Amino acid sequence: MKKRKERIDRGIKARSEDIFALSSYREMLYLLLPRAIPVVGLLLFTPLLSSYWQEVLISTAVYALLAISWDMLISAGLVSLGQSLFYGIGSYIAGALNHYWGWSPLFTIPAATVAGGLVCTAMLLPVLRLRGIYFAMVTLVLPLMLLRLVEATRILGGTEGLTGLDPFPSQLTALYVIQVALLAGLFGFRRIIGSDYGLIIRAINDNDRAVLSAGLNIHWYKTQVLFLGASVGAFAGAFGTHLDMFAGMPGFALDGLLHHAGCLGRCGRHGHLRRSHAGGFYFGALVRDTSRPWDSEDRFLRALPRRLCGCSPGRPLSLCTAEIPSI
Amino acid sequence: MNQSPMLTVHELSKSFGGVQAVNLVSFELKEGELLGIIGPNGSGKTTLVNLVTGFVRPDSGRVVYKGKNITGQPPYRVVSFGIARTFQMVRPFYQLPAFKNLIVPLCSPRVKKLVGGKYGDRDAVALDLLEEVGFERDAYVSYKVASSLPQGYLKRLELAKSIALRPDLLILDELFSGLSLAEVASIVPIIEKLRIQGKTIIMIEHRLKELFRIADRVMVLNYGRKVAEGLAQEVMENEEVKKAYLGSEE
Repeated sequence: MKKRKERIDRGIKARSEDIFALSSYREMLYLLLPRAIPVVGLLLFTPLLSSYWQEVLISTAVYALLAISWDMLISAGLVSLGQSLFYGIGSYIAGALNHYWGWSPLFTIPAATVAGGLVCTAMLLPVLRLRGIYFAMVTLVLPLMLLRLVEATRILGGTEGLTGLDPFPSQLTALYVIQVALLAGLFGFRRIIGSDYGLIIRAINDNDRAVLSAGLNIHWYKTQVLFLGASVGAFAGAFGTHLDMFAGMPGFALDGLLHHAGCLGRCGRHGHLRRSHAGGFYFGALVRDTSRPWDSEDRFLRALPRRLCGCSPGRPLSLCTAEIPSI
Repeated sequence: MNQSPMLTVHELSKSFGGVQAVNLVSFELKEGELLGIIGPNGSGKTTLVNLVTGFVRPDSGRVVYKGKNITGQPPYRVVSFGIARTFQMVRPFYQLPAFKNLIVPLCSPRVKKLVGGKYGDRDAVALDLLEEVGFERDAYVSYKVASSLPQGYLKRLELAKSIALRPDLLILDELFSGLSLAEVASIVPIIEKLRIQGKTIIMIEHRLKELFRIADRVMVLNYGRKVAEGLAQEVMENEEVKKAYLGSEE
């Protein structure tokens, strides 16, 4: 007798929004494998890669974290045009703790993550109550202002920045730190968005006055989301500081690239691995070394984001990719 | 039953630029009453509700609820005191399924305080609430995204969102607007059931026939002022009310 093909995805999708009982290993594998394969691949096979690809993956993960940070903010309707603010603040705090007080990266990175989140939240708190484009405007302007402030006052190393900072013990250590942080951020964000708390955040984006009339203080929720997003960005900055052994003005000057990373992050649903990695891959490859002539590896990387972010003939490419510079 | 008024609004005023939207409006509401507020378009009914519920700060006047001055309090705090409202233009969360719309009010501090900590199963409570307001459970309409629901269901959803907050005072702003006679006829029993449960209700309506059937008292606003208050029959015989609705011969 010919076996009828059975679709198992609909039943699982209907049940998988909340707690449910899976009835077979097939269903469990259906849910687990798409998530497990890239996670296991990232963690187990990256030590086998060449130094070049490890660098690419590190850059990828840093930008992917910034895309996740952007994603968190946009979930609550906060459009950020300056992830470099969070990156730069985290970078300088980690750099200062290491440079002036000799703290090791083991302590500077967590401290800069939390402190960076608090500082950025405090800076953006006054605009949280305003509706409209003000949050976007302020996130765009603040890093530029801080750039000029550092340049004019020569604090924190001035234009030369803080150099000679402690590095990671090895490139592999740096790779695993950032990959684990990325996976934690990604799956943590998915968990948050899927919970009742995440529902409130999405409802604020949908209709904030309705959430107010439902008895919830939207400003407090926005503040929490801002802190979470800023902390993730600050972590990326703190990590970058010890990766490059340098903290300086370039940390505040990432706006151009990060706009596009944010746009790339919009492809797909919240918390999709491909969405954050699409942006990361694109700019991980571009920023790594644009002075080298493009070879086959780079051509592959240039083509990869389009596939990863699912661009189709009907979907305007301008939404998915930035213009690839010609060399 | 406690005879002191549940809600006292004393000489509330609000102007927007040169327009006096609400002008020295005062009224009292006893527990368990259903007060209807009527008036022509632009008479200040919704602005009055916004002033009471904290969406707009008054220029002058006072709102006292259960002996507590709540004037100018933010909306989420007004809800925590026990006042819930619906909006004239419905405000569902369009991206979410209908039953998920109710999760948001069910997560409010007021509900958490009343229920005592974490809700056991918010989804099940949400589905029960939707069934109470007329969502057919078997038709899976509760699982549809709010953006795909017709106006009648959106109005019911709006009502369910306010009931989910377990308010003592419910303010319904033009709940019947945009609905057919049959839809209105199906919602009226829900409101009557809320009254039997002891809820105090303020209804702003243009559909006078349906309102007069259920309201204890009616208040009429015109150009931001209160022009009449009393039983429905008395109010409709008031000359100023007639002039407000029908105009004058001058």
